[in-house]
Amino acid sequence: MAVRKPRKASRKKPAAKRDARVQASDAQTIGRIDDTARRLHETIRKGRRPDLALPVRALSNVSYDARRGWLEIGRQRKVRTLSVNTVKNFAQTLRMMSLSKELIRNNDFATKREAYYISKNWETCKFDEQIESDTVMDDIEALFSVDGVAREQLRFYPEEHGGSVSGPLVVIDRDATGRVARIDCTAFGSGAYSVPSSVEELGFETDAAFVLLIETGGMFQRLQSHRFWERANCILVEMGGVPTRAVRRFVRRLAEERRLPVYAFVDCDPYGIANIYRTLKVGSGSAAHVNRFFCVPSACFLGVTPQDIVDYQLPTHPLKEVDVKRAKDALRNDPFFQRHKAWRDAIEQLVGMGVRAEQQALAKWGLNYVIDEYLPRKLEHPERFLP
Amino acid sequence: MGKARRAATAADLAKQQREISVSEFFAKNRHLLGFDNPSKALLTTVKEGVDNALDACEEAAILPDVRVEIQELAEARFRVAIQDNGPGIVRAQVPRIFGRLLYGSKFHRLRQSRGQQGIGISAAGMYGLLTTGKPIAVTTRTGKRSPAHHFEIVIDTQRNEPKVQRDETVKWDAPHGTRVEIELEGNWRGGQHSVDNYVRQIALANPHAQITYLGPGKRPEDAVVHARVASQLPPDTAEIKPHPHGVELGVLMQMLRDTPARNLRGCLAGDFSRVSPRVADQICEAARVATTRRPREIGRDEAERIHAAIQKVRIMAPPTDCIAPIGEDLIARALRADVKADFVVARTRRPTVYRGNPFLVEVGLAYGGELPAEEPVTLYRFANRVPLQYQQGACAMTRAVVSTDWRAYGLQHPKGALPIGPLLLLVHIASVWVPFTSESKEAVAHYPEIIRELRLALQELGRKVSGHIRRRRREADEAKKRGYIEQYIPHLALALQEILGFDDRERERTARSLETVLERTRRI
Repeated sequence: MAVRKPRKASRKKPAAKRDARVQASDAQTIGRIDDTARRLHETIRKGRRPDLALPVRALSNVSYDARRGWLEIGRQRKVRTLSVNTVKNFAQTLRMMSLSKELIRNNDFATKREAYYISKNWETCKFDEQIESDTVMDDIEALFSVDGVAREQLRFYPEEHGGSVSGPLVVIDRDATGRVARIDCTAFGSGAYSVPSSVEELGFETDAAFVLLIETGGMFQRLQSHRFWERANCILVEMGGVPTRAVRRFVRRLAEERRLPVYAFVDCDPYGIANIYRTLKVGSGSAAHVNRFFCVPSACFLGVTPQDIVDYQLPTHPLKEVDVKRAKDALRNDPFFQRHKAWRDAIEQLVGMGVRAEQQALAKWGLNYVIDEYLPRKLEHPERFLP
Repeated sequence: MGKARRAATAADLAKQQREISVSEFFAKNRHLLGFDNPSKALLTTVKEGVDNALDACEEAAILPDVRVEIQELAEARFRVAIQDNGPGIVRAQVPRIFGRLLYGSKFHRLRQSRGQQGIGISAAGMYGLLTTGKPIAVTTRTGKRSPAHHFEIVIDTQRNEPKVQRDETVKWDAPHGTRVEIELEGNWRGGQHSVDNYVRQIALANPHAQITYLGPGKRPEDAVVHARVASQLPPDTAEIKPHPHGVELGVLMQMLRDTPARNLRGCLAGDFSRVSPRVADQICEAARVATTRRPREIGRDEAERIHAAIQKVRIMAPPTDCIAPIGEDLIARALRADVKADFVVARTRRPTVYRGNPFLVEVGLAYGGELPAEEPVTLYRFANRVPLQYQQGACAMTRAVVSTDWRAYGLQHPKGALPIGPLLLLVHIASVWVPFTSESKEAVAHYPEIIRELRLALQELGRKVSGHIRRRRREADEAKKRGYIEQYIPHLALALQEILGFDDRERERTARSLETVLERTRRI
């Protein structure tokens, strides 16, 4: 497929001009679907071959926009022209757009899996595997992303679990019937509130001082059941590995609308740093076209830092080959880490030590050491957190 | 210490020394003739009978009509009957032909024929006799006016002499022809070495013959008939004199002794093919031997010089009217009659020479259709129209197939093995003297000249089949793309209709435009 720079006179306003925090309305989304269909239809009726110009979704087409604070997609486009070889993909893409329009009009949604099953009615156009329908969805999302349309606006929801939330926060939500619900995130006992798939319509009330994002369910449970949120006046959010788009968007809106600092508390290993934290803060390469919605640029890194391993004499495991590869890859190819010397030094320190440590390694000093000593001591100096 | 050995005197030894009868030798070495085991013996018997039948018909210019019947009499006991419509055999000759080894019309001449040494059918009869004690039964008739004769013959293996046990006149429907029946110990088997397979192959290589085949346990109406594909006999082949390039020193000396010519020039020009008096002079000059020397007086040294000189002098290739190919057209027709294939092609090379013996090779190739796609190719080997079923690995024809690069022609080809694909190869060598690796005539020796010719023919056909394979793939791609367009255009138009909300007529117009647009791009 041809990769080309877009023509000078771009059809749409460039992405950077739009307010990143505002996602498209239903009317705008439908407008984009109609525009695309109309353009294809007119080209076909003129006897010409229509094409779709999709942004290239890869780290190679990504740059780190330090001022805005996220990985921004570049201007490379791959142009898919209608031909014998692409006719199936065109047909599937358009049927998917048509499904999306119908979902918006009916104010309904489909999970990615459901959309896959709906395609089973499309005879020869049906998808054989869900990965195929997911790819087509991503293509449509990328195509429309310049206009603030993400998959959620197309009404395709992921099956991903939402993160757990606990602490002094009231979430204002409305259910399918339109009834308003006020959800007190301190009132879940030993459980927690769970972030829904679409967070765009949620409202927040809070007096918390900051948001603490935690990598593992185990650590979240400890902090939650010992009411750490009360002691530190913070909102606890469990990420469960790389945070989902919904969690990232939830924290982003919370942080920006309530002006809350966001601190990340993850394992000290290349995955925790280069995948979980990087994706949380600046987004990912493969979803670069929607990073501006789904990242938390204000987040900073509380721990566990490589220096913590030394300072707290944490038990460690040796770095595996894939860990080292991931770390070197981050140093060499990741525009975010390349931009921050503090990070480069930290990663080099980690690779130099050749070890990794988990959050829960702090339990070596006692189960509640993390609550009584580690976190309070860290939180005294947020200015020392890694960027 | 043991007893001292008793030393035999020369006189003692002389008592034990006597001539070994050829028949006796072969009775003890029957594996040399293809009678190693019961299943092979059955096949060899059928084979020798059919070879003789076809040769007899062709020499009498009769379109062969051969009938093969096999009856299973008991466990491991068969009766094989081969009947032809040939010229029949003169009564006096019958015992010697069937009851004596190394008696035949074909050994003493250089001419393309199926049998060569005159061992075959009598050896089969002898094998039958050895395993069942039953004589070979022959019924023959030379024409409408003469009566049919029925013989029962056994071979006296000691003296290589026939013993006639029965000789009578019988009534026979056929106006002329011969029927040979042999009872033998055998074993029925299927697969590559089966009689079924042999009959199929002999019919392939002899499209001018009709072969009727009645296997064991079959009712007469179930006989398999391989109908005649060509109604013309193969061209008659001439007998030739040896070509100087193929003559070994010993043979040359023998010829010099036996020649009726008075001088060397006359001997060379008269007893060899393609040697004119001028060429004879050149040979003599190169050998520094006078052209006028009496051949009988030429000694070893001089003969050696003559032999070396022959290789230096340019001599025309031997005449090639002595070999008859099956022919490209007939091979192709026979293959089409035999298998359902998509693509059939054949190539007959021009005759050429190995060791002074003219030969030619031809190859037929059938591809696709109902041939199995995932198995090694089927290779049918023929020498002078006789199928070779054993020792495939040892044969020059196999070597030529294996050493051809079939990958270049779009087939899978594991190293050192037959290629894999829906392919049937028919390889035929015709020669006045096919160089078999043994008397059982199962594999052709690896003469470089022969392998080279075979490879050239195979490569030519390889190029043709690769063209066909590529064309087929292109067509399949085209059809797939065509199908793609037909399958997906309605969906594209429907999706556009759903989104934009236009009417059905507009949808159909859109679909038609789409089809035009895509059709145009397809041809680019």
